[in-house]
Amino acid sequence: MGKMAEQLVLIFIAASITHNFVLTYFLGICPFIGVSNKIESAVGLGMATTFVMTMAATVTWLIYHYVLVKFNLMFLEYVTFILVIASLVQFVEMFIRKTSPQLYKALGIFLPLITTNCAILGLTLFMVLRKYYFLEAVIFGLGAGVGFTLALVLMAGIREELVFADIPEHLKGSGITLILAGMLALAFMGFGGIISE
Amino acid sequence: MIKDFTKGLWKENPIFVQVLGMCPTLAVTTKALFGFSMGMATLFVVVSSSVVVSLIRRFVPKQVRIPMFTVVIATFVTAADYFLKANFFQISKALGPYVPLIVVNCLILGRAEAFASKNNVIRSFLDALGMGIGFTCALVILGSVRELLGSGTIFGYMIMWEGFTKWVIMILPAGAFMTLGILVGVFNMINSKVNRNKIETHGVR
Repeated sequence: MGKMAEQLVLIFIAASITHNFVLTYFLGICPFIGVSNKIESAVGLGMATTFVMTMAATVTWLIYHYVLVKFNLMFLEYVTFILVIASLVQFVEMFIRKTSPQLYKALGIFLPLITTNCAILGLTLFMVLRKYYFLEAVIFGLGAGVGFTLALVLMAGIREELVFADIPEHLKGSGITLILAGMLALAFMGFGGIISE
Repeated sequence: MIKDFTKGLWKENPIFVQVLGMCPTLAVTTKALFGFSMGMATLFVVVSSSVVVSLIRRFVPKQVRIPMFTVVIATFVTAADYFLKANFFQISKALGPYVPLIVVNCLILGRAEAFASKNNVIRSFLDALGMGIGFTCALVILGSVRELLGSGTIFGYMIMWEGFTKWVIMILPAGAFMTLGILVGVFNMINSKVNRNKIETHGVR
């Protein structure tokens, strides 16, 4: 049991910090560049994404192992996964709208956009590739979501300060954001020593 | 008609101008060859899905168009993935999960939604072809720069002198972000120079 728990903690730390989805696997770059203007919206999007990621890992794991593998339908893997994610996002959207209108209003357009976030499809693909067990897959999804939120919020914090900086004309906009992301990636690399693979 | 094709190459280049489809761009460009293979796979998917989307655009109800387009794209991606696995196993292995991730490349859904669902087959084909080639070129440029500085080669051929110190950071994630950031800056600089020349010679924009 102790060994199992240790393994789960390792997966969580790897997914959220040392092998951060945004800064080492380049997944979820579109919202990372697009939505990281304000800390508030970054937190909202991050939490919604974390929820969808955890759910997606759970549901796709079950479908992959109990439907696709069982009936030898592996070639349908990508089509199934993307459909699961799309319907999950739709479901989350309806759920939030019914239960908490304020949160729904705060998240606005970002909710449906989660479908095209490559971090989520990437997560499910990595999950299959690494042959995680059920519990590991769920923790992996949660960790990836936390890592995504962390990167997004950090970036938003830096970009809010950027307004006062003197940036070369041609680097304004996406150019400087990418260079900043590079520096952030460099900083996250420093955590690499926590886990030796 | 010609404009549909050429706009993807420069004026609306998917990577340098629209900043779309970043995940594969940054992840696979440690070597120029990987960038090229990824570009080709994406080119195939964007062209075929644009053509199919354009063909079925009249029969698809508005409410379910996004899931429909996604299924079309996912089908072609599966085909591309299996083709790579069968014929270029080493490359397929190196690209890893980034080939299936073409499904969620915003560039492809973007073309399907913004262009192919509203225009006829020939125009959609040209538009997708231009975008795909623009994407591939950007990937090869980025891959070449990173490979040259990171391992001293381009497409595996030694370019740098003997005893060249390799910039390991260029192969790491941090290098990918910084190189692309600087390339976008250079692209903007060239663009504004060209525009200024145009204003000087023609008087108006």
